[in-house]
Amino acid sequence: MEFISLSSFFGVALSLCAYIIGLFVQSRTKKSICNPLLIAIVLTMAFLLASGISYEDYNISAKYLSYLLTPTTICLAVPLYRKLELLKRNFAAIIGGITSGVIASMGSVWLLCTLFGLDHTMYVTLLPKSITTAIGMGVSEELGGIVNLTVAVIILTGVLGSIIAPAVVKIFRITDPVAAGIAIGTASHAIGTSKAMEMGETEGAMSSLSIAVSGLITVIFASFFAGLL
Amino acid sequence: MKYIKQITVIMLISFAGEGLHALLPLPVPASIYGLVLMLALLISGILPLSKVEETADFLVSIMPVMFIPAAVGLLGAWGILRPVLLPVGVITAAVTVIVMAVTGGLTQLFIKMKKGDR
Repeated sequence: MEFISLSSFFGVALSLCAYIIGLFVQSRTKKSICNPLLIAIVLTMAFLLASGISYEDYNISAKYLSYLLTPTTICLAVPLYRKLELLKRNFAAIIGGITSGVIASMGSVWLLCTLFGLDHTMYVTLLPKSITTAIGMGVSEELGGIVNLTVAVIILTGVLGSIIAPAVVKIFRITDPVAAGIAIGTASHAIGTSKAMEMGETEGAMSSLSIAVSGLITVIFASFFAGLL
Repeated sequence: MKYIKQITVIMLISFAGEGLHALLPLPVPASIYGLVLMLALLISGILPLSKVEETADFLVSIMPVMFIPAAVGLLGAWGILRPVLLPVGVITAAVTVIVMAVTGGLTQLFIKMKKGDR
């Protein structure tokens, strides 16, 4: 077991195998709760806990998967560029929709925090929960939130969003692929976008756009919402 | 050769995004600067789609696995999550559904309204 804590491949190999098992389970069950990403996360966590291998040892190589996130997020410009005409044609509706979504996000966090009787620190920690991690961390820090908890909640939101996206789109009859993509990206940032990309190129492109736009609109409105509780 | 050139372009834009993040005092991450920069280069025609297309599509198609390490890192956040698990869990789940439904419903409505104008 000693060599695992020195391995340059263990973390990547474990993550990929766990994801392959997730893909296999999904193809067998066809249930959206059997989301390959969720299965991979749970299996990897279970393996680390059961074997006693530390997260730090796992992350010696797993960090190279995370490393690819910045170049890959930038590459989301490519599907977006292919759908540029669709974006231009629906520009006002898209910006209006994302702005409404950001207000709904911070408004419902405010309402629920009030109902649960949470304090100001918890409130501002949860306020940027729907946006991409890097922007959300900045907003949380600026407003005096608990940054580590914000990161945890952002990741939970993304994983949850990618699991429920097909069901929400169906139940609320969001039949337009542009609207579906905007909804997924605004609610669950890049992790949701990876699911939207599987649902269709239009959904993926619009979801990618929403990551950037909803993040920026959140920055603009955050200090106003922070003053409410 | 094609892939080396495509990877080089993507890494250069990533580096430029990092540079913008370091220089500009805005809470915008390198990846978002890079996304906007890549889109601007494609729209202006400076960067033809064929110079990045295959590598970009490949990276985007394997994107889900890139989130595994950060999510597994939640193991370390268990200590701060546990005392607030119930309210935080309920709020996270409820807000995610609300935002997705409201954003999708309204965007769809706005698109229909505009089509009705014509």
